[in-house]
Amino acid sequence: MSWWLSRRAIDHVVLERGEIAHTWRTERWDSLRLLTPNWQSRLPGYQYSGDDPDGYRTLAEVIAFISGYAKVAAAPVRTHTTVTSVRGSDAGYLVHTDQGDWRCRAVVLASGACNIADVPAFAGCVPPAVMQITAQDYRNPDQLADGGVLVVGASSSGTQIAYEVHRSGRPVTLSVGEHIRAPRMYRGKDLEWWMDAAGVLDDRYDEIEDIARARRVPSLQLAGTPDRSTLDLNALTKIGVKLVGRVAGISAAGKAQFSGSLRNMCALSDLKMARLLDRIDDWARNAGLDDVVGPPYRLPPTRVEPAPPLDMNLASGEIKTIIWATGFRPDYSWLDVPVFDRKGRIRHDGGVVASPGMYLMGSQFMRRRKSALIDGAGDDARDLSGHLASYLDGRMAGENAAAKIESHWA
Amino acid sequence: MADAVSAADNGVNVAALIAAREALTDAPAAAQFKWRAACEWKNGTHSQSTVESYYGLGQEQRHKRTFAFDADHPAVFASEDKGATPVEYVLVGLASCLTAGIAAVAQHRNIQLRSVKATIEGDMDIQGILGVDEEVRNGFSGIKVTYTIDADAKREDIEALVAQSQKRSAVYDIVTNPTNVTVVVD
Repeated sequence: MSWWLSRRAIDHVVLERGEIAHTWRTERWDSLRLLTPNWQSRLPGYQYSGDDPDGYRTLAEVIAFISGYAKVAAAPVRTHTTVTSVRGSDAGYLVHTDQGDWRCRAVVLASGACNIADVPAFAGCVPPAVMQITAQDYRNPDQLADGGVLVVGASSSGTQIAYEVHRSGRPVTLSVGEHIRAPRMYRGKDLEWWMDAAGVLDDRYDEIEDIARARRVPSLQLAGTPDRSTLDLNALTKIGVKLVGRVAGISAAGKAQFSGSLRNMCALSDLKMARLLDRIDDWARNAGLDDVVGPPYRLPPTRVEPAPPLDMNLASGEIKTIIWATGFRPDYSWLDVPVFDRKGRIRHDGGVVASPGMYLMGSQFMRRRKSALIDGAGDDARDLSGHLASYLDGRMAGENAAAKIESHWA
Repeated sequence: MADAVSAADNGVNVAALIAAREALTDAPAAAQFKWRAACEWKNGTHSQSTVESYYGLGQEQRHKRTFAFDADHPAVFASEDKGATPVEYVLVGLASCLTAGIAAVAQHRNIQLRSVKATIEGDMDIQGILGVDEEVRNGFSGIKVTYTIDADAKREDIEALVAQSQKRSAVYDIVTNPTNVTVVVD
C-alpha cells in the first residue's frame, strides 16, 4: 500500500509497533516455511530473485524479503510505534500512538487478520497440569514436555505442527474439524501454480455467491515441504498420528468430548479438493495443456478408522500438552470508529471500510481470493489506493466513499 | 410444476429458505425457536407423545394438526410392542433430517432427484441400559446410514449432497455432539 501511495504522490506514514515484519519475527514457529512458492510473492516493483523459484521461503527468508521490500519501496515506516487508538475527527482521523499523535485524512488498516489466536471457551476446563499453547506461541517441540500432545485444528498450522511434534517422539492426537485438503503437486506442477494460472486466486469477492462463508473458510491444508510432499491427514496417520473429531466440549472434570462427525468432515474435505481439481482440469484442457502436463488423477480418500475415540480424559496424564491451532482473529480494540457488525467484524466492501477514508488490507478474500497472500497485496493496494486518491481529491465524500469502485479493477 | 428441461423440482421451496436466511441475518431474535413434545405414560413401557405447537419467528406457532407417537418396547424386552422403541425414533429422526437436507441441497444445486432411500442401523450393547457392565454406554456404539439415490447427477455430486446434508443437519449435530439436557420434577 505504501508503494502505491508513494507512486500516487500521497503523503503518508506507516506505523509499526515493532520492527518491520514484526509478527514474522515474533509469532511464528521456527521451522515455518511459506506455503506459496518463492516466485509467487510478487510485490509491486519487487519479487524473488534467487535461484530457487519453486522453493518455499523459510521464516528468515520471509523476514529478509519483507525488510528488503521496505527499503526498495522507501516506505516511510515508524517502527516501535504502537497505535493506541484511532478515532474520527474534523478533517478525518486522529491517531494516538505511544510516540505521539497524528492527524490524517485517511487511514489504512494493515494490522492483519491474525493478531489473536482463537481458543474455545471450554479451554478453561483443561486440567492445570496440561500445558496449553496456541499456534501463535508454538516455536518448536523442545518447548513441550515429553509425552502425548493433543493438537486441535487440522488446517495448515495444525497439520504442520502435528507432523513436527509427532516426529519429535511425542505421540500426537489431532482433532479434526472443517479443513481443506489439497495436494502439494498436481499433474507435475505446484498446486499454487495451478491456482494462479487457472485464475482461482483472482476470483473476485463480488462474484462469489456466499462471500461471508468464503471469508470464514480455513486455510488450505498445504505446507511448504522442501520435498514437495503432500501433508494431508493420510500422511499424518501414516506416521502414527491419531485422528479424532472436532472438540465438542470439555467437562469440568477434564474429559474432552470429540464430535462423531470426523468421517463426514473428511468426506467434505475430499469432495472440496475434487471440485478444485475439476476446475483445474477444465482450465488445463481449455488452455491446451493436456498434452504438456501429466494426466488428471485424484488422491485416495482420507482414511478414517471405523470408530474413532469420542472422548479423552485430559486428567489421566496421557496428554501433557494441548496445542490450539483453531484459527485467528484480528485485534481492533484500538479502533474507536463505529465500523463493526454485530459479531465484531469490520464492515467493508472489498476493503473500502464503512467510514469515509478508511481502508483495509490483507483480510481473507477481502477483494480477491489471494487477498491474504503476499502475492495479493499489490493488486488490492492498487485498487484501494486509487479509491483513496479519489477520496482525497474530494470527488467522493460521505456515504459515496463506501460505493463500489468499478473503475478501479484492473 | 417446474420446467423439466431447465430446473430441478424436488418440491423444496429454496427461494423461501434463502429469503428467510437473509431476513434472519439481520433479526437473530426471530431465529430463536423452541420445539416441543408432550408425553403421557399409558401402561408398562408404553407412552404416547404428541406434538402440536412450537415457538419461532417471535411467536407461538401451531402445526396443521396434532401429531401422535406411540412408543413402547418389544416382546424380547417383555413388553407389549405398542409402538416403536425410543431409540428407533432417534434413528427415524436422523434419517428424516438427513433426507430432508438432501432434498433441500439438491434443489439449491438444481439437481433433480428421482429416488432417495435410506436404511439406518444403530449398534447397541444392551448391557449398558441393563446395568450389567458399567463400561458399556447406554446409547448407540455407532450408527450407519446407507443411501441409495437415483438422481440426475454424477456420483461425486450425489456424495456431495449427502455430505452437505450432514453438515447442516440438526439431528446429526444432536447425535454427534453433546447437548445439555435438564430434567426437573414439578
